[in-house]
Formats: sequence, C-alpha cells, structure tokens
Amino acid sequence: MTTDISASKIDGIKKSVYTALWFMFLTFPIMVIKVNTIDNIIIWRWENMFFIGAGSFILSFIWRYMISKNEMKSEDSTGILQTFSEKITSEKKIYIPIIIAAAVFVIAFPFIFSMYNTNIMITALIYVMLGLGLNIVVGISGHLFLGYAAFYAAGAYTYALLNHHFDISFWFALPIGAAIGAVIGILLGFPVLRLKGDYLAIVTLGFGEIVRLILENWNDFSFGPSGIANIPRPPLFNLKLSLSEAIVYLYFIMVVLCIFTVFIIRRLEDSRIGRALVALREDETACQAMGIDKTKIKLTAFALGTTWAGMGGVLFAAKTTFVNPSSFTIWESIMVLCIVVLGGMGSIVGVIIGAMILILLPEYLRAFSEYRMIIFGIVLVLMMIFRPGGIVTSVRKNYKFELESK
Amino acid sequence: MKPSKEKILEVKKLTMDFGGLRAIDSFDLDICDKEIVALIGPNGAGKTTFFNCITGIYKPASGDIVINKNGKKERINGVRPNLITEKGFARTFQNIRLFGNMTVLENVMIGRHCRSKSSVAGAILRNKASIQEEKDIVNFSYNILKKIGLQNSVNELANNLPYGDQRRLEIARALATEPFLLLLDEPAAGMNPNETAELADLIKRIRDEEGISILLIEHDMKLVMKLSELIFVVDYGKKIAQGTPEEIKVNPNVIKAYLGEETNA
Ligand SMILES: Nc1ncnc2c1ncn2[C@@H]1O[C@H](COP(=O)(O)OP(=O)(O)OP(=O)(O)O)[C@@H](O)[C@H]1O
Ligand SMILES: [Mg+2]
Repeated sequence: MTTDISASKIDGIKKSVYTALWFMFLTFPIMVIKVNTIDNIIIWRWENMFFIGAGSFILSFIWRYMISKNEMKSEDSTGILQTFSEKITSEKKIYIPIIIAAAVFVIAFPFIFSMYNTNIMITALIYVMLGLGLNIVVGISGHLFLGYAAFYAAGAYTYALLNHHFDISFWFALPIGAAIGAVIGILLGFPVLRLKGDYLAIVTLGFGEIVRLILENWNDFSFGPSGIANIPRPPLFNLKLSLSEAIVYLYFIMVVLCIFTVFIIRRLEDSRIGRALVALREDETACQAMGIDKTKIKLTAFALGTTWAGMGGVLFAAKTTFVNPSSFTIWESIMVLCIVVLGGMGSIVGVIIGAMILILLPEYLRAFSEYRMIIFGIVLVLMMIFRPGGIVTSVRKNYKFELESK
Repeated sequence: MKPSKEKILEVKKLTMDFGGLRAIDSFDLDICDKEIVALIGPNGAGKTTFFNCITGIYKPASGDIVINKNGKKERINGVRPNLITEKGFARTFQNIRLFGNMTVLENVMIGRHCRSKSSVAGAILRNKASIQEEKDIVNFSYNILKKIGLQNSVNELANNLPYGDQRRLEIARALATEPFLLLLDEPAAGMNPNETAELADLIKRIRDEEGISILLIEHDMKLVMKLSELIFVVDYGKKIAQGTPEEIKVNPNVIKAYLGEETNA
C-alpha cells in the first residue's frame, strides 16, 4: 500500500519534470534569448530558464497532487470553516445582519478610506471578477487554463483602441470587450478541444505569451511597448468629475459589476448548463454517454469564462487610463489562477476571499511584496496538503422536489 | 410477455482493431423490441469493446450498426456518443463512471440534459419556460430514483454511496435519457447475492414496465440464465454461439471456451 503511494509519487515527480522540461523548451525563445538590436548582441538570460523550470515543476506537481487527491475519494473534510459557513448561511438571524453590515461597509468604504486605498480596492474587485470568470473554466469545468491574461489584454486593448480611433465611450466598450473576450475564448477553444491537464496549460500559456508578444511588436496596431495613454475614465452623464470623484465612481461601478457577475454565475451554476459543466469536470466519457455534446459544452465553458476577462480588461484600462503589454504577462494569469485555487475551486465566496487575500495583502505588506511569488508558492503547496478544496469548499445544492404519484 | 419480433438493433459483420489486435471479429447481433439479450464471454473477449463500438465511443473498423426506430433504419457507425444517446441508446460502465462530486439527484439530472434544451440565456434570464423545464428535470429525476429505490440518498454525493447503490445509480442515470435500448456492462459485478437478486428484479421491471430492450454483459451465469431470452457468446472477438439459455447451457463450444474456464477459476 505504502509502496504503491510512493511509487505513484515518484511517477508524479517524473511527469512534472517532463512538464517542466517542456515548458523550459517552449519558452526558451521568449524567456531566455533577448536580442539587443542596438548593440547587435544576444543576451542569454539563463536565470529565466531556471525560474520557468522551477515554477512549472511546482505548478504541475501541485496539479497532479490535486488530481490524485481527488481520486482518493474525498473523505468529507468538514473543517471548522465549513461548519461555520454552513451555520452562517442557514440561520437568518445571523446572516441578515452580516449582509447589512457588509453592505454598509462596502458603501462607506471610499468615504472612510483614502483615494489610495479605494484604488487598491478597485484593483482587488477587478481581480474578483477575473477570478470568478476563471473559476468557471478551472474550478467548475476543470480545465487548467494559464493564458487568462490574454483575454484580459483583449478587453483592455478593445477599449483603448476603440476609444483612440473612434472615440467610443466606456459604456459601449464594456459589452464589446466582454463579447471579444468570449469570441477569442471560443476561437482558442477549437484547437485545444482535445487537450487536458498539463497539456492544456502549456498551450494556453503559449497563447497568452503570443498575444502579449503581438501587442508588444505590432506597432501599427497596438502602439508597441509604449502602449496607449489618455484612456478616459468612465463618464457619469456629462458631469466633469474630479480625479477623486472619478475613482469613487469607478469603485461603485466595480462593486455593482461584481455583484452582477456573482448573480450571473450563480444562476449559471444552478442550471442545466452549469450542471453539464461540472459533469464535464467529473468524467468526460460518461458526460458524452449521457448525451452531452462535449465540444459544445467545452466551448461554452471557455466563452463563459473569458467573457469576464474581457470585461475586466475594459475596467482595467478605464482605471489606469493607460495600457501597455507589460500589464498582461504570464504572472497576471498565474495570479488569477492562484486566486481560484487558494479561494476554493468552484466556490464563489472562496474566489472572492482568495482575491482579497492575494491582492490586498501584498499591497499592505509592502515589505513582503518582493517575495510574494515565493510566499504564494509556499501557501499554495500548504493549501494543497491541508485543504485541497481551497479556503471555502464548494457545496452541492440540495434540490426540492414534488412527489408525483406514479 | 412475448417479445414482438421487430428488430431494433442489427449489427452486421462488426470488426474493431486495436493496432494489431482484432478485438471484435465480424460479429453479428440482432436485438428485437422488448427483448433481454445477454452478451457473455471470458475476460478480454471483447464484450466491453462491442459496447463501446455501438455507443460511439470507438469507431469500428468495418461492419454496420443499424438502428431501427419506428420503422426507420439508420446506420450509426462513427456517430458521436452523445448523438447515439439522443437517438435512444443508454449505457452503464463496467468500471463505474458516476459524477462523483455531484449529488445522486444531479447525476440523474445530467441524464436529462439531452432531453431538455434551455440555453445559457435561459439559465441567466430564468424565463418561464426554463424554470418549468428545470422543475420537470428535478421531478422526473426524482421519480426515477424512487423507482430504482434510491430515494433516500438523493442529496448524497455519488462518491459516498455504497458500491451496489452506485451501480444502480448508473442505471438510473441511463434511464433518465429515456432510452429504448439499455446497455448494461456487468451491472452485478461486486454485488452480494441479495443485491444481485434485487437487480434481476429491477432489470425485469425496466423491460416489462417501461418496455425498454436490454443488452446485458454479465459474468454471473445465474443472473444471465434467469433473465435473458437470447444469449450471444463471444470469445476472442468472434461469436462462438447464439441461442436460448437452454441451448447455451449444453453447447459444447461454450462449455469449452467459457463455462469450463469459469468452473476452473
Ligand atoms: N482501448 C484499448 N486499446 C487497446 N486494446 C484494448 C482497448 N480496449 C480493449 N482492448 C483489448 O481488447 C480486448 C477486449 O477487451 P474488452 O475490454 O472488450 O473485454 P471484455 O470482454 O469486456 O472483458 P472483461 O470481461 O474483462 O470486461 C482485450 O484484449 C483488451 O486488452
Ligand atoms: Mg468488459
């Protein structure tokens, strides 16, 4: 029994090493070779290769560990937090005051705290939206997706370019950005339909980098590394808003949109489509045998997930008033993935908590921000071992039914 | 109940290769309406592969798989599994493949997927039609569970069910797709004699009450002999015998290839 487990561990390590080597090989041209066109020399950045190797090894190992943990039939880990959250959601006396308090806090937030804090909170809320979106792809339907930043970038550039060329306003750009996110999600979906696990991760990672490189190098289209500046903040009718007013306004837009996101995703989860997504995660073959069109449901999952990235991108552009490719690196994708995994795959509350922790903590613990990737790594590994379901594990719904006499 | 003699499935000269291995070799099989047919054979004979071919999971190398529904014939070689399910085949798996982290009820509700149609828009807008459909799905699924006898564990995770119940849940899930042919791959594997007897009852009831034809793979000879009207015996991918239980019991080929081995084991 124990030899069995250790054998599978060694097997897992081996596979992760292969994955790491693949990553190192694939990212070699991007990450290691840098051509300095001025001095006409090539800079070899070998240390990057090491980081890629180590990073992808750890990620792949975590992923495999999670899968094996899943397969070892979850022995119902009802932790303290679980019973606690159950209590909260089951008793009206407890949760109504909590909701009211939370609402008051959210509304009062920009007036209590400084502009700086409000700005950080807007960022956190954007990541909540991104996390909720990626959660559909990773947590609910079970596809390891690493190129999420590409869709985020697509949204941001949609607004930036539309505004630059055609003076399109924020409110029009928002749905367009979302739609473009969805369309690109479907387009990427087709070639990766057959891929799963690490392989899907590699391809989507590559896709993310390709998009970033296109933005960086196609000067006529995207204005290259210098990016696009002077993107307007969201307008409020025709009022002239001061900077701080504009930020408060954006904060409330963000709050409303996050609530909107939660609302939509909750409805999706509790529907025919949502159930099919979960079934797809659980067992693809059985899914098909039950009459679910795998292709269709997979593309639906991608589109539903990337829509929010597109929308988040528009909001990001409106917040920073400036976009350039360096905002959409692989770290962005990993960050969102960490939010989903840390918070709890498939759980909305979990993702919100995850986003708050991962975005706010480093902001306020500046001293640590140098080491934040390392700390993330350690935290994630610990999570996998002690609480593989994330901070908040998702709970299945109990349906009510009518007894039919038949 | 006398089975009417209309064929609902005709398989002709079906052949399936895995690289150099011929897993099914020119296999013929017919199933008539409301008939219980068994497919037996030693381990590795090709029974599961046969299921996988007719449910679209594998594309056979050659041969014809023709379904006959309401007098309309249709060749379904290489049609995708979900479409075959839509046409009215439903199956269970030898190695149970439930959606482990979904509840028992949800598992059955997934079976309703291909018989319902509310889309993403319906899910978000929750219009009247999609609310009604959702209600119907829940009630339909619950009633199937009641018939199968799993009504006491509707909200449990499928993973947490005892083994025998998991097997029955697979049948429930398959029934939710409203099939006219139910394919059961070793439904009694791992069950105790009591559970097996109940299962035999259940299978008979499904045929008698719902009018669903059944194709059964099973190693439990007692169950096979008790239930089936017609038995096909396969060995190394080839059909070595076909007939009623009485005929099969005394068929020398079968005794040599299958029952002989079974008694040794
Ligand atoms: N996907 C596959 N790739 C290669 N060979 C396969 C594959 N599936 C089955 N086989 C081979 O085909 C033959 C038939 O296998 P199959 O699973 O159909 O047997 P079976 O009759 O269902 O046996 P059992 O009673 O043990 O379930 C076996 O030799 C098996 O090794
Ligand atoms: Mg088999």
